[in-house]
Amino acid sequence: MLSRRADGRFDLTLSQPERALLANLAPQLRELLATGADPALRRLYPTAYPDDDEQQAEYQALTHDDLLQRRLDDLDLLEEQAGATDLSEDDVVRWMKAINGLRLVLGTRLDVSEDTRSVDDDDPDAPAHHLYEYLGHLLHGLLAAL
Amino acid sequence: MAPTALPVEVDEPTSDTTADPDRPWIVLVWNDPINTMDYVAWVFQTLFGYSREKATALMLDVHHKGRAVVSSGTREKAELDVYRLHEHGLWATMQKDD
Repeated sequence: MLSRRADGRFDLTLSQPERALLANLAPQLRELLATGADPALRRLYPTAYPDDDEQQAEYQALTHDDLLQRRLDDLDLLEEQAGATDLSEDDVVRWMKAINGLRLVLGTRLDVSEDTRSVDDDDPDAPAHHLYEYLGHLLHGLLAAL
Repeated sequence: MAPTALPVEVDEPTSDTTADPDRPWIVLVWNDPINTMDYVAWVFQTLFGYSREKATALMLDVHHKGRAVVSSGTREKAELDVYRLHEHGLWATMQKDD
């Protein structure tokens, strides 16, 4: 999937359907992020000060827009580079953060738990679970090459 | 399970949390069912410069004990560390060390 070359950059080999999928998922999450209201987004903005509302409000005011902008930028990159075969190390890291963000939102929506193993194919959520598993597989493959 | 399990917010007395400027802050990372074990260990290595061994040990602590202290220091440093962990999608909180 991903292999480091002698010059320090990376060769990326993904199938066309995988590339099309990533190019399609990135703008979907970007749109969701822009609405800002979906409960599935909560894992993207964790609470820093769980026992101090005032400091938490300050932290949130200080970081929220920056966190949002970085995620949007990483999703832009993922969409732009979904067809790429050559990535820098920085690109790979930003791909991983974008893909991890997609997993966080999808996993939250599916209410994934430690006990979630597999779902029946006739479960209406089965395609989403397969997508969640695929993104985990992709993330693992990218990590292994770093 | 209702999707309300993250982070549990508990009202605890906080009157003394800013009293002692010498008491360091600690940064905690909490177990969650979504982030993968290899990704979490990689984040610890990348953000804090920990060896693979130390990062893996911390990740396993998070996984088995539910949480681990991953860094400590001044409030400013702790907040920056929390921010970077959040940027990478990890569930991190900070508190005065006690």
